[in-house]
Amino acid sequence: MKKLVILGAGTAGTTMVNKFHRVMDPMDWEITIVDHNETHFYQPGFLFIPFGVYNEEDVIKPKRDFFPKGVNVVMEIIEKIVPAENKVYLKDGTELVYDYLIIATGSDIAPEETEGLKDKLWQKCIFDFYTIEGAMKLAEFFKTWEGGKLVINITEMPIKCPVAPLEFAFLADWFFTKKGIRDKVDIHFVTPLSSAFTKEKCAEVMSDYLIEKNIKTTVDFSTGRVDNDNQKIISWDDMEVPFDCLVTVPTNKGNDCIARSGMGDELNFVPTDKYTLRSKAHENIFVIGDATDLPSSKAGSVVHFQSEVLFENLMSVIEGREMKARFDGHANCFIESGFGKALLIDFNYETEPLKGQYPVPLIGPFSLLQETRMNHFGKLMFKWTYWNLLLKGRDIPVSNEMSMKGKIQE
Amino acid sequence: MSTIELLGRQIEVDSDGNLKNLNDWNEDIASEIASLEGIEQLTDRHWLVINFMRKEFIEKGDGPTVRRLTKESGIDTKELYALFPKGPAKKAARIGGIPKPKGCI
Repeated sequence: MKKLVILGAGTAGTTMVNKFHRVMDPMDWEITIVDHNETHFYQPGFLFIPFGVYNEEDVIKPKRDFFPKGVNVVMEIIEKIVPAENKVYLKDGTELVYDYLIIATGSDIAPEETEGLKDKLWQKCIFDFYTIEGAMKLAEFFKTWEGGKLVINITEMPIKCPVAPLEFAFLADWFFTKKGIRDKVDIHFVTPLSSAFTKEKCAEVMSDYLIEKNIKTTVDFSTGRVDNDNQKIISWDDMEVPFDCLVTVPTNKGNDCIARSGMGDELNFVPTDKYTLRSKAHENIFVIGDATDLPSSKAGSVVHFQSEVLFENLMSVIEGREMKARFDGHANCFIESGFGKALLIDFNYETEPLKGQYPVPLIGPFSLLQETRMNHFGKLMFKWTYWNLLLKGRDIPVSNEMSMKGKIQE
Repeated sequence: MSTIELLGRQIEVDSDGNLKNLNDWNEDIASEIASLEGIEQLTDRHWLVINFMRKEFIEKGDGPTVRRLTKESGIDTKELYALFPKGPAKKAARIGGIPKPKGCI
């Protein structure tokens, strides 16, 4: 009996367990998936919670609803991986032996990395929206907030879903306009990047939106600490931004079990071949999603595209063939821009987001890098796609590799 | 192809404005780029960072992030920002004649 072990049952792990279970003969293969949390969170939905668009029930389902029958499910904290022994040790002392291992342990916020962030103002007037607790607390706060300085701050890169902080700023503009207190809310977007977004073309479009929506932007701001007494964030080079409400995107780190295993970089991300998705250090270990150190976005759409490549390549390794599939860095993201509209961007390692139609050239129905109502519906419909197709490892009618069809090149 | 004039020579640069060829770089060029970046005098501490960046790039094909710099170079974050205001990794890479590290996306 051969053993495939998958660590992590988030978007990536759940997708992979479904893909492999479908093709692996249960007489020959034992598949085990490990996680310590019974609840699956639809993370793209967290963004909408502070503004009362979604509530908790919209974004949670039991993880077990998405595991196929016949797979071993182990709910326990991962202590460490010992690649030299081909073993995973769990906190309760269990040892799992594997022939092949898939690491899909994700990334989480680490507010404790920044001095003064998780201090006396934490969840009083400093909130994150990358956890369900943070998003819910912020929703409560916004219900009665009468306005002031709202600062949205990215602490350092890389972060999960690099567009989410921008979307938050746009939705805040819409939310407070609707509430009739936009004139009392001073929205300030503070980023360590040199422009509004990681990709240049898109950054130009985004910065126009920020100006149009009267959102102040500060770039090149690397957050060093939070001064709780004077309600200010202070950069490493002593720039100061005062806040009444701070919405922080803290440092993102890979799972602690990666550090305990000595397999990660300085942020616990696992060094991974950017094309094959195999661990750089171990031939029978593959890595997917937020857990990797790839220079691609940390997002669900990326996991979907990676899942096809990882599946092909691991099957090749198992069957003794050469790995042929290559991940091209493909990502696509809807960007909520408020007032019932959204943009869509589609890009990869080499190609910047361009204008055009997606996924069908000239037809769409989605417009790239332009604000439309259809894109907004696409974003909302994606929740259905996520629960019903993506997690179950089903095909989605968009190409795995990024296509230049339907894109306008300048 | 973009070029920049440094010490009377036309030198090829990439789309970020960093030197394209590792071999076009020398210590005088570094000082010239530094002054364009607003750093008048490169001290021993600056050189420690610049040389570390170049070594990492040559060994690994990418320059380190600020976090890695802090961990490996022995200079803390506060001092790094004092030496290279705004963006230590980005600035030290430019002065060191290597591409912008991919980690500073």
